[in-house]
Formats: sequence, structure tokens, C-alpha cells
Amino acid sequence: MNGFLDYYNFKPVAEWIHSSLCGVMPEGLALFLEGLVVAVVIILLYAILAIALIYMERKVCAFFQCRLGPMRVGKWGLLQVFADVFKILIKEIIKLKNSDHFLYELAPYLVILASILTFSCLPWHNGMGIIDFNIGIFFVLAVSSIEVVGILLAGWSSNSKYTLIGAMRSGAMMISYELSLGMAMLAMVALSGTMSISGIVESQADGWNIFKGHIPAWIAFIVYLIAGNAEANRGPFDLAEAEQELTAGYHTEYSGMHFGFFYLAEYLNLFIVSGIAATVFLGGWMPLHIAGLDAFNQVMDYIPGVVWFFGKAFLIVFLLMWIKWTFPRLRIDQILTLEWKYLIPICLFNLLLMVVLKVYGLVF
Amino acid sequence: MDIKDRILKLQPEATFEEQGDLIAVVAPGKFRALMEALRNEGDKMDYLREIMGLDNGTELGAVYYLESTATYEQIAVKTMTPDRENPMLPSVCDLWKTAEIKEREVYDFFGIRFLNNPDMRRIFLREDWKGYPLRKDYDMNSNPLNMENEVNADEGDEFVIDSYGSVEDLKNKIFDRNDFVVNIGPQHPSTHGVLRLRTSLEGEMVKKIDPVCGYIHRGIEKMAESMTYPQTLAMTDRLDYLSANQNRHALCMCIEKACGIEIPERAKYIRTIIDELQRIDSHLLYYSCLVMDMGGLTPFFYGFRDREMVLDILEDTTGGRLIQNYYVIGGVQADLHPEFQTKVKAFIKHLRGIIHEYHEIFTGNVIARERLIKVGMLSREDAISLGTTGGTGRASGWHNDVRKHHPYGMYDQVDFKEIVYDGCDSFDRYMVRMDEIMESMNIIEQLIDRIPEGDYKVKTKPIIKLPAGTYSASVETSRGEFMAIIVSDGGKSPVRLHFRSTGLPLVHALDTVCRGNKIADLIAIGGTLDYVIPDIDR
Repeated sequence: MNGFLDYYNFKPVAEWIHSSLCGVMPEGLALFLEGLVVAVVIILLYAILAIALIYMERKVCAFFQCRLGPMRVGKWGLLQVFADVFKILIKEIIKLKNSDHFLYELAPYLVILASILTFSCLPWHNGMGIIDFNIGIFFVLAVSSIEVVGILLAGWSSNSKYTLIGAMRSGAMMISYELSLGMAMLAMVALSGTMSISGIVESQADGWNIFKGHIPAWIAFIVYLIAGNAEANRGPFDLAEAEQELTAGYHTEYSGMHFGFFYLAEYLNLFIVSGIAATVFLGGWMPLHIAGLDAFNQVMDYIPGVVWFFGKAFLIVFLLMWIKWTFPRLRIDQILTLEWKYLIPICLFNLLLMVVLKVYGLVF
Repeated sequence: MDIKDRILKLQPEATFEEQGDLIAVVAPGKFRALMEALRNEGDKMDYLREIMGLDNGTELGAVYYLESTATYEQIAVKTMTPDRENPMLPSVCDLWKTAEIKEREVYDFFGIRFLNNPDMRRIFLREDWKGYPLRKDYDMNSNPLNMENEVNADEGDEFVIDSYGSVEDLKNKIFDRNDFVVNIGPQHPSTHGVLRLRTSLEGEMVKKIDPVCGYIHRGIEKMAESMTYPQTLAMTDRLDYLSANQNRHALCMCIEKACGIEIPERAKYIRTIIDELQRIDSHLLYYSCLVMDMGGLTPFFYGFRDREMVLDILEDTTGGRLIQNYYVIGGVQADLHPEFQTKVKAFIKHLRGIIHEYHEIFTGNVIARERLIKVGMLSREDAISLGTTGGTGRASGWHNDVRKHHPYGMYDQVDFKEIVYDGCDSFDRYMVRMDEIMESMNIIEQLIDRIPEGDYKVKTKPIIKLPAGTYSASVETSRGEFMAIIVSDGGKSPVRLHFRSTGLPLVHALDTVCRGNKIADLIAIGGTLDYVIPDIDR
């Protein structure tokens, strides 16, 4: 059945590379070299995606706002983001006199580290998952939490009142929303029966989870989008860096590439949230399969998995941008009310519902 | 003359100045009792329009303009003290809260200390400023450019007379040592200009706000004293730049009233229409800025897109977009652009067709409603006492539209509603502005086809001299009652020219409205109150 799907499978290629490398060098060195190559690829991909996302955000927001967005640098402003990245690279990193230097400089690296680690867990393509083991989802949730530490440190060590308020807001919000994020994912783990990311994707070969899990899956999907948006610190949940209130929140005092790291991480977190949503709810790289329609499935299989993955991820990115550019910002107490009084009870109920449905075989 | 009778009944020793405005003059000793009686007896004069400090060369004093919110009757009371060394007047800030900040302004410029005002600090000038610049004997060289940082005191002076009859300075604490005071401004994205709010916080909660003004104070009132009357007109556009024409309307009316100039019918029509266009312009910007303050960036562009059309129409006729210099004494500077009427009609059609977008994206939005409804309550009593005129007062159920109650221009001949809400919250302050856009279009539609032919300006004498006396005129600008007061000695430049700031009471009200709310609410409330800084820092 999965004839063509196997044609795109990257795993044999990876294995072939590994075995041929082992033929000419000891296995340890081969692993090291492979790791190095993968790391470089990941970081490059990270940077390129950031640039693509920044460009997309500018254009999407411009079209929502009856504007054209960047148009001057390159055709349709395509080179604008490159110019901006170059500019931010050559800017001075200002050292604050009364800040806690060590923590102040550590913070952006923690944020970017959390972001890259989570980024590496995404299932790009059939057989192309980089970090992939039996508790993948758990790992994603765990490493993405490191970001809060970075944000809190940034706010605290800058020794400024605005950053402190921003960091506190962010801490309160992100820790709260991790709960409903985790529980929404847990419902889907219950449906798939595995925590491994590749396992979750494989389990959706006969239909995406959002169709298989019907009502509880939709509830989980919507909760996930809300909580994910909050985790990515984006509007209407962007109160940690609410520029109208706190000028720039926790990263007010950063400049140059240190600020750039926060900026990059924010955009990549948007992509990561979307990518995880695409994986857990929409089948990751798995093409759209409808059980029983083999001809249709065959046609879908012609489209490579990487296209499917990016297509789904960017669709959700667009959805989240749409939300950001439409809604005004919530207030801190409203955000916490939403989480603790509404989302968490809904999530708990949803998890129960999912388990019951799964046990009685009422899911597809 | 029932005003005279009333005052004479309360204070038989009062005398009256009748050149221009009718002003009752009382001695400082009798002043406080008279004000208390006016405030609390009969037709309560519960709205203190303005306090104008005055130096007539020998005496220092202040003129108080009062109005009753029930009958709209207006009274002016003047009190002067001959003591130039240590002038003191009784404060009226317990009768009208707005006096707290207006007395500070008088103190700042004239050095008159108001007894029992809890916060007698300078307001616009630096705390180490020497002398009082609006006094006639002020030495212009006494304050060379100071490069030192200004340190704000954490204590306000309160001058009281103690039991021995001598003046004592109670140092009132503004902020405690342990308060978490955040500077919001002067450079901040949502203070709408260079305003600084020293805000003490309890977590996210606002405990107290101390507005620090004066960062762009230009001394317009002082400058005007050495200018001829036509020259002073140039200042008004630079006050509240979103009500540029309306401000100028007030000053023109004031001078025309003093000189007895009748302006042509056509000029009246033009002024009224341009005023209303300006109001639409300002309210569209209000919408944009409010949603921007609340983090909604897309609706911001809706307002700007349509405001652009208003500015284009104004530019055709006046040549300016922000600073227009259009009204002159005796009419307007130039005739309307030939396409003015067609363009205005097209714009109104466009805006009527598109305004539902504004409401769909913002008014009906659940987050916006959560953020605005029942937030930032300003009761009617507080609104009147604080003198928050304009839409802010009308959202608290205070009928205060100058266009309705003291009509000028063509407002007595058009049919329009005074938009009043009684929710007292941020949402109603917002809705007042949105409804006023519709009402302004309604006014323009009634006038636009009826503009009579004829002169747009009467010839005035090359040098305009006002007869001696005190003259005032007030208009309803986009954000409240704007008042121009001229004191003339018969010369070609004013002895004193004073403007009622529409924004100063609003900034003063921030503390009352925001206490107990969150920082995010402070920003949203600031947006709904709608103050413009150059109008505060004159």
C-alpha cells in the first residue's frame, strides 16, 4: 500500500551514508561527523526559516492592514529581511553598567537553546526526524520550558523595572499555559498510543489524528492553538513584551545580536508551535490519507513528505498570524483567568473523554 | 442682572468689571466664603471651567470661571492681592478637584501660593526655576540654559496657616521610600506625547499616578504678550494639533467679540464645517490610537486610511495638513476649494459605508469589550469636579457640549444630538467618540449644500486693537471645552492671553480613574481619556 511513500523514505539513505562512512573510519568518528553535519544543517535551517517567517509576517500583516509591506529592497522586498539580519549582526552589543553581567549575557543563549532543541524534534520528512526516541513529546515539552528560565533571567538581570514586570508576566503566563499545552498533547498521545514523534506520525497513516479523534481532538486542537500562541508569546498574549505598556518587556535592554536571539526565538517558536501542531494533529509529514480510498491515497503519496510538513506548519503559522493581527491584547489577570478557570478544566475533561472513547473504541 | 444680584446677595462688598465679560471682584478675605456659597447654594456652580492667573502690574490674583451643570449659567469671579512678595490666596481645591492642578499652574507662573492645596509644586517648569515668568516684573535672563538633570521631589508642599497665624509648610509625601515607582514616559509609546507619569505600583496594580508635565512647554501665553493679535493666532494650531481649527475658532471669536466684528454668513458656515471635519479627523485618530494602545495593530490602519481623506480635503482648502492657519480675524484666510463640497460629500458617503468595519474588528471583539467595559470608572460627580469636559465627561452622563448649550458658529441652526452615555467606563468613552463621528457627518450634511455665496472674510483694520477689558470665548474642540481668555488694556497686544487646556484636567483625572486598575488598564484608560500633550504644555 505504501509503495510510493517508501520511495521518499530517507531512512535507507541515512543508513547507507552511515554504513559507507563506517567503512572508511571508526564508528565513533563517523557518528561525530554526522552529528556535526546535522547540527550545521539544523542551524542553517533555523536561520533560513527565521528569515522566511519574518518576511511572511511582514507581508501577512501588511496585507491585513491595507498596506504592501516591504517593497523597496529587492523584488517585493525579498531582500529586506537579509538586510535587516545583516544590520542586526553588525550592531553593537551594549553592556549595561548595573546589570548582572553573567546572567544578562546567558539569558539569550538559554532562550535560543531551548528553541533549537525543540526545533530539532520536528519530523521533517519520512525518516528525517533528528531527535526521535520513545518519549519524544515529553522531551519537547521539557526542553521548551527552558525558555521561561531565559526570559526570567533576562528580565531580572537587566535591572530595569520594565523588564522585571515583563519577565514576571511572562513567567506567570508561560508556566500556566504549559499545563494546558501538555494536557492537550496528552489527549493526543492517548489517542496515538505512543509518545514517540515518529510513532505518532506513523499512527496517522490511515487518517490524521484530528479526524480520527473527532470531538476531543478538535477540542484539544483549539486549546493547543490558544496555549501554543501563549507559549510563543505572541498577540493577543504578547503582554510580556507589550510595547504599549512595557516598551519591549523583558528584552528592553538588549541590543544587537543578543536582542536578535530573542527575536529569532520568538519567530521560530511560532514555527515550532505550528510544527508540533502539524505533527500531533495533522499527521506531520504524512500525506492526507482516507482509509479505503487507495487511489486517492496513492495520488497524495506523490507529494513528498517535506512539502506536506511545511505546508501544514505554515498553514498554522498563517492562522496564528491572522489571530495576532486581528485581536487586541489581553490583560494579565484575564490571561490567567482564561487558563486556570477555563482551559485547564476543559483539558482535564477532554483527556478523560479521549481516554473513554479510546477504551471503548469509539475513535476511528 | 440676576448674576449680579446673586453675587451681591452673597457678598455685598463685591464690585463688578463689565468691560467684556462680567466679572465679580472680591477681596481675598471674602473670596473663599463667596466661592463656597456659589458652589453649594442655589444653582450650584459645580463646574470650575478655568482659573486664570493674572498680574496687572500692581496686584497679583486669579480669575475663576464657573458654570452650573444644571442651568449652564456662567459666572466669573476675580480676586487680587496686593502682596507681591508673598502672595497668598485660599485654595478652592476642596470645592472643585480640578483646582488642585490649575492652582499649581497659577503658582508656577505667578508664584501665588494657595493655602491648603495639598500639592503646591511647580507643574510645568523645573523645580529649581528662579522667579515666576508670567509676572510683569520677571527678568527674562534669570534662568540661563540649565544642563543639570532635574530631580523630582517626592514631597509636595502644602501651605497652611497654623494656630498661631503663621504659614507652615506641611511636606506631603507623594511617594513613599518603599514604593515601586515606574516612570511611564516622557519617552514612551503610549503616553501620546512627552508626558511623564510617575506611577507607583503594587505588583501590576496602580497605586498612585503623579503626572509630570512641561517637557514641551513653549510659553505660548508669555510669547503672546509680545505679539499683535493676528500674530497670536499662529499659536493656537500648535496647542492641541488635532483640534487646530477649533482652537483657532475660539481665539478668533474672542477677538471678534471684543472688537465687535460681525463675520459673514459664509465664513460661519465654512468654520462650522471645517470644525466638524477636524472633529472627525481627531476621533478617527482617537480610534486608531486607542486600539493601538490595546495591542490591536490592524484597526490602527483603518483609522489612518480614512483620516487621510479628511486631511486631503483640508489640505485642498487650507494648504496645510496639521498646522493649517486657516481662520483669521473676520472670517477665513481663503475661499473653499472648488471641489470641496463634492469631496466632502464623497468622503461622508465613504465613511458611512465603511464605519461598520471599525465596529466589527474592535467594538464587538470580546477581548476589547473585556478590556473596556466596567474599567476605569469616572463617576459623574468626579467628572464634573475634575472638569473633564468633552467626550470623557459625556461618557459619565454629564451634558457638557458647548455646541449645544452655548452655541456658536452655525450650531444653533443645525439639528444634532449631544452624545451622552452614562456607563462612566472606558467603553462608553470610546462609544461617545464613535457616535460623534456619525453626528459630525450629520452636521456637515446639513450645512454642505447650504453654504451661502458672499464674502468669506470682512476687511479688518491693519492694526487690531482690543478695547480694554477681559474677553473670553469657548468652543467644543475634539476633546472638550477650549477657552480663550484675553485681558486687554486697549493696546495692540494682549496683557494676558490664556487658554483653557482641554487635556490638563484629563491628565489630572488619570490618578482618580486608574487607582486600583492594572498597568494595562492605565494605558487603555489613557487612550480613552484622549489627551494631547502640546495642549497641556502650552
